[in-house]
Amino acid sequence: MMIRITLPPHLRKLAHVDAEVKLDVEGQLTQRSVLDALEARYPMLRGTIRDHVTQQRRAFVRFFACGEDVSHESPDAPLPDAITTGAEPFMIVGAIAGG
Amino acid sequence: MSGVRVLVGTRKGAFILTSDGKREKWEVSAPHFAGWEMYHLKGSPADPNRIYASQSSSWFGQIIQRSDDGGKTWHQPGTPPGEPTTTPDGTPKAESNKFVYDTSPETGKPLTTHQWYDGTPHPWEFKRVWHLEPSLSDPDTVYAGIEDAALFRSTDGGQTWKELSGLRGHGSGPAWQPGAGGMCLHTILLDPSNSNRIFIAISSAGAFRTDDGGKTWQPINRGLHSQYIPNPTAEVGHCVHRIAMHRSRPGVLFMQKHWDVMRTDDAGESWREISGNLPTDFGFAIDVHAHEPDTIYVVPIKSDSEHFPPDGKLRVYRSRTGGNEWEALTKGLPQSDCYVNVLRDAMAVDSLDRCGVYFGTTGGQVYASADAGDSWAPIVRDLPTVVSVEVQTLS
Repeated sequence: MMIRITLPPHLRKLAHVDAEVKLDVEGQLTQRSVLDALEARYPMLRGTIRDHVTQQRRAFVRFFACGEDVSHESPDAPLPDAITTGAEPFMIVGAIAGG
Repeated sequence: MSGVRVLVGTRKGAFILTSDGKREKWEVSAPHFAGWEMYHLKGSPADPNRIYASQSSSWFGQIIQRSDDGGKTWHQPGTPPGEPTTTPDGTPKAESNKFVYDTSPETGKPLTTHQWYDGTPHPWEFKRVWHLEPSLSDPDTVYAGIEDAALFRSTDGGQTWKELSGLRGHGSGPAWQPGAGGMCLHTILLDPSNSNRIFIAISSAGAFRTDDGGKTWQPINRGLHSQYIPNPTAEVGHCVHRIAMHRSRPGVLFMQKHWDVMRTDDAGESWREISGNLPTDFGFAIDVHAHEPDTIYVVPIKSDSEHFPPDGKLRVYRSRTGGNEWEALTKGLPQSDCYVNVLRDAMAVDSLDRCGVYFGTTGGQVYASADAGDSWAPIVRDLPTVVSVEVQTLS
């Protein structure tokens, strides 16, 4: 399935992409499978969204799906169908915490 | 024709300033890594085109960048531009930002906590790379000073990093405490006469030395006196801000401590105070003239709570006697209403015939002197807060 991912500007620059990322992801769509696919395609993003070792989301990064904050959901929880079909993007957002 | 390249790290990007040997006209390249905190950039002494850079953000963590063409282009060492992002077996590259503390049963397992500000045990947590120190002889070998304090080394041009855990493994590790800026390893000095000897400094654990290439370390803080800790002459716990060395005399070190400017003539076995007639001996930066091992520079800062120059006058102080006797250098520097700071990694020297001295301020100015400090001029004056300044002398 072809999904869409939006990245904050700093990560777009690191990954050398201008806009949304489109990725083909196999199997059950979850935060973990999305991030695994993203990091496999763009290894320069490893460690910038979640920790290299613990795989925990970095504190100032949040995930949104269909307008809902899913940052605190289980990384293995299924994502909504609209993300699966590509109708909506999976959004990776930098928390707003000053300059 | 000789020239100079000044590498400036700021809170919001890196800047590269270049000039010919006259050091009168400067070109400033556009911001590199705009918007990121650039704690440090440093060129390899063995290959001036090889530059390493520490790029970080509270949001997205640590990135290591490398240039192989003198700062014109950059890449993350694990993923060279134009190359596949995976190895033939499908393993992703770009491990170059992976700094993982040693937790192996043999060498790392006991290193579980240091002290938090309130004295309670606190787990080591990687935060950022404060300082990058390329090897004197091998462009692919580079050391990284880390917060929380540890020393890492890469021998493959910054692709992979391994901790030299003998430093944290020194018995005092669990007693180390952070300073106000965090528990950072900010100074790495490689002894040009002995490849097995390295000096490092940590705020606020103190200074350490290895004589076996990083396997074992000893604290070198005898003679330091810090009134702000319960035992002012403790073996560790001193807030060392910066150490400097002249490469012709690596056993002599100069230190700017939280308070006090210090000197050792025996590779850190004993220190003595050389603050002399300084108006205040608090400060961060210290450096040594490129050709005169007893000429040293500091920028006195009013106090540990008032991080600006005394009397609103930005003055570099120079000693030509290895300390104790200091002269104020003011020509070309603001002498009224100046309230900037000069951070610990923000002073450097070039090695041209008349030694150039450079420093950057929290107000975004980089000042340079092409006459060993006699006169100064801003070579750029409206950058973001300057965190680090390094200089490459190009032939």
